[in-house]
Amino acid sequence: MKFLRNQLDKVKHQFEKGGKLEKYFYAYEAMDTFLFAPNTTNEVKGSQIRDAIDLKRLMMTVIIAMVPCLLFGIYNVGHQHFLAIGDAGATLGQKIGVGLWQVLPIVVVSYAVGLGIEFVFAIIRKHPVNEGFLVTGMLIPLVMPPDIPLWQVGVATAFAVIIGKEAFGGTGMNVVNVALTARAFLYFAYPTDISGDVWTYLGDAQVVAGFSGATPLSVAGDASTNGNNVIAALNSFGTGWNEGVFTLQNMFLGFRPGSIGETSTLMCLIGGLILIATGTGSWKIMVSVFGGAYAMGLLLNLVGSTPYTQLPAYYHLVIGGLAFGAVFMATDPVTAAQTETGKWVYGLLIGMFTVLIRNFNPAYPEGIMLAILFMNVFAPLIDYVVVSANKKRRLQRATV
Amino acid sequence: MGKFIRLKKGFTINLKGKAAPKVVETDQPETFVIKPTDFFGLYMPKVVVNVGDTVKAGSPLFHDKKYENILFTAPVSGEVVEVKRGEKRKLLEIKILADKKVEFEVFKKYSVSEINNLGAAEIKDQLLQSGIWPSLVQRPFGVVADPATSPKAIHISAFDTHPLAPDYSILFKGQDQFFQVGVDVLKKLTSGIVHVNTHASSEISTVFSQVKSADVNKFSGPHPAGCVGVQIHHIDPINKGDVVWTINPLGVIQIGKLFLNGVYDTSRVVAVVGSEVKNPQYYRTYTGASVKKFIEGNLNQDHVRVISGNPLTGTSIGKDGHIGFFDHQVSVLPEGDYYEFLGWITPSAKKISFHRALGLLSFLSPASERVADTNTHGEPRAFVQTGVFEQVTPMDVLPTHLLKSILAEDIDEMEALGIYEVIEEDLALCEFVDVSKHKVQEILREGLDLVQQS
Repeated sequence: MKFLRNQLDKVKHQFEKGGKLEKYFYAYEAMDTFLFAPNTTNEVKGSQIRDAIDLKRLMMTVIIAMVPCLLFGIYNVGHQHFLAIGDAGATLGQKIGVGLWQVLPIVVVSYAVGLGIEFVFAIIRKHPVNEGFLVTGMLIPLVMPPDIPLWQVGVATAFAVIIGKEAFGGTGMNVVNVALTARAFLYFAYPTDISGDVWTYLGDAQVVAGFSGATPLSVAGDASTNGNNVIAALNSFGTGWNEGVFTLQNMFLGFRPGSIGETSTLMCLIGGLILIATGTGSWKIMVSVFGGAYAMGLLLNLVGSTPYTQLPAYYHLVIGGLAFGAVFMATDPVTAAQTETGKWVYGLLIGMFTVLIRNFNPAYPEGIMLAILFMNVFAPLIDYVVVSANKKRRLQRATV
Repeated sequence: MGKFIRLKKGFTINLKGKAAPKVVETDQPETFVIKPTDFFGLYMPKVVVNVGDTVKAGSPLFHDKKYENILFTAPVSGEVVEVKRGEKRKLLEIKILADKKVEFEVFKKYSVSEINNLGAAEIKDQLLQSGIWPSLVQRPFGVVADPATSPKAIHISAFDTHPLAPDYSILFKGQDQFFQVGVDVLKKLTSGIVHVNTHASSEISTVFSQVKSADVNKFSGPHPAGCVGVQIHHIDPINKGDVVWTINPLGVIQIGKLFLNGVYDTSRVVAVVGSEVKNPQYYRTYTGASVKKFIEGNLNQDHVRVISGNPLTGTSIGKDGHIGFFDHQVSVLPEGDYYEFLGWITPSAKKISFHRALGLLSFLSPASERVADTNTHGEPRAFVQTGVFEQVTPMDVLPTHLLKSILAEDIDEMEALGIYEVIEEDLALCEFVDVSKHKVQEILREGLDLVQQS
């Protein structure tokens, strides 16, 4: 390692003030601090010691928490592919092969575009490269359909990073979740590519007889519109080529079409446990999103009249992307409510809005994305109320 | 009647190199200094001695232009050898080459019954003349107390929860009588109560437990339970317009000695601690002592940082620096100016951390003592992680929002969010645990300065 350090020290002066490559100092710094934790020490006055944590480690922890979803997603893309083309005998290796072939390029494009923009902004604006995109760059592929054209991934990532984040001042300053901005961008800019039969990667192969690319949310919505029992419609879906794909158990495990990383509630829960155990994600937000969705589901059971509203409330926790959103999207500390009381309210409302949107807005079958973006915008308002309460307590104390 | 307050939030930083419970008597250091930079709220210190003057313990060295009656006096007798100034002639320290035996200025002596009949004006006069007055710290802002005010209460924290903190029952052993008289004297300066705040879970020294004419409160919980600002918040919080004084037990004892014996006696015990000290233990000396005698030949290695005070709020003073006015502790830690290959991700149980993020394993064995160095362990970033400051601040204060209001220089907001209730030490843990490595204490002082100037 000494050799590597020496090499870095040898070129360092060129990037420092007065050096030939002065402009690129922050690009150099990003590489240097990636390889070596810096040798900076604390100030003469103040805290002489510092906690071993830094933003890099924090972000890395979140990435690790996403790995179960990523790995399962890779497998599942292949698995769904072979089911859809009627090749039930495909081996595990074949499935993973197809999954990798489809998923890896999306991950690469997302990171390359996003980090590229981050570096350019860091150089122009003369600030250090922030670690925020390490997480965003993984989140974006996980919320994309496996069939998404790569150029769209690139455009969406660029839009999200530039308009969603850098326009506000970079990591820590953004108002709405960057990864969801990317997804929302595609949703509204290229609706045909992110709805309909995109949730299964088909390639050039011929689909099996009876194949349908519908998601549980659209199946439920359609059944409800036609006045049919929703659970029956879900359970009978896939007969002949993917038996029982939308049963409750199968949806919990995640062997179903959907965005790359969001299909398995189980994997999301594992990720959630990692976030909670390491203290990097707010358990309050996760619990309250699930709680809010469940509560709204129960409420609709009581007052609703369509078959969809009669869907048992726990179904809402496993279908669609609720679990993924609750664990990885809603807990983004920058865009969530920042007060502890506020986090409960914020999560609860996300859960409730998700189920509301699912039930009453057939144009957007998946409610979690819009619910989170909506609450991102309202999070400062929630905080404002909580902070005002704190101020009020102080004021009351003074006047008593 | 005292209160019993249980605090849950916080974090006790368990470091290696705690002092063995013995007080060593050695040759006294040669030089002692008084540093105006130890005191907040001074406008412009005016030196009243020249190099070459001889002084006694209690002879005035300087006073502030704003409060000319508050004298800052010599801690020991001897010859003034240096008046050190920095940029723009800012006064940094006044150095005294000490006599072998300390000679004292003579102040008026009182018997216990006479003290009971003293008025506030006479008491203030004696405190101001002797140089003990600056021990009285005024909240809000943590500045030298204004003699023209009368505080609503006086708070004395009788324990220290900072990393490597000295044991107060050793520091103030046998000073019961002086402490009692000191409390009696302070009682006359406030219309309210004198609070002595003790630690519930350790055996309380009789110095504090037996004290009369004061409320003895008990606190339990991790650091910062020992910080007087946290204690005030739970006993009798500071509101806008309130004035509260705080003083450490040493100051109280010095007041007792001043009135009973008629001298400004700054003799004190300091703990020399830290992982790099061979024999961490206590030494008897005087205020402002040079650390040289205590650490020479007593270090495990040379590449160290010598800190006056504790590792959370202290000041780096160098190997021949002098101990600050308010500090009972000299901490010696390894300097952290090294690169670490992939240091941001390598797992470690050695590095101390409040967090449990990937690879930070110190939470698994909180009871074992660790070595901490002065490395920043990362680079400064924008605020990202939330909710952490709140976990180490056992007060109804929102540190993140307060800090943001200071960065925005919004004085009304700072007031509304409770800037009156905190000074640096109360939020020092936030600086330690901060993922984004903000200089929390420096930011807070900027805010306090802004509010005072407004």
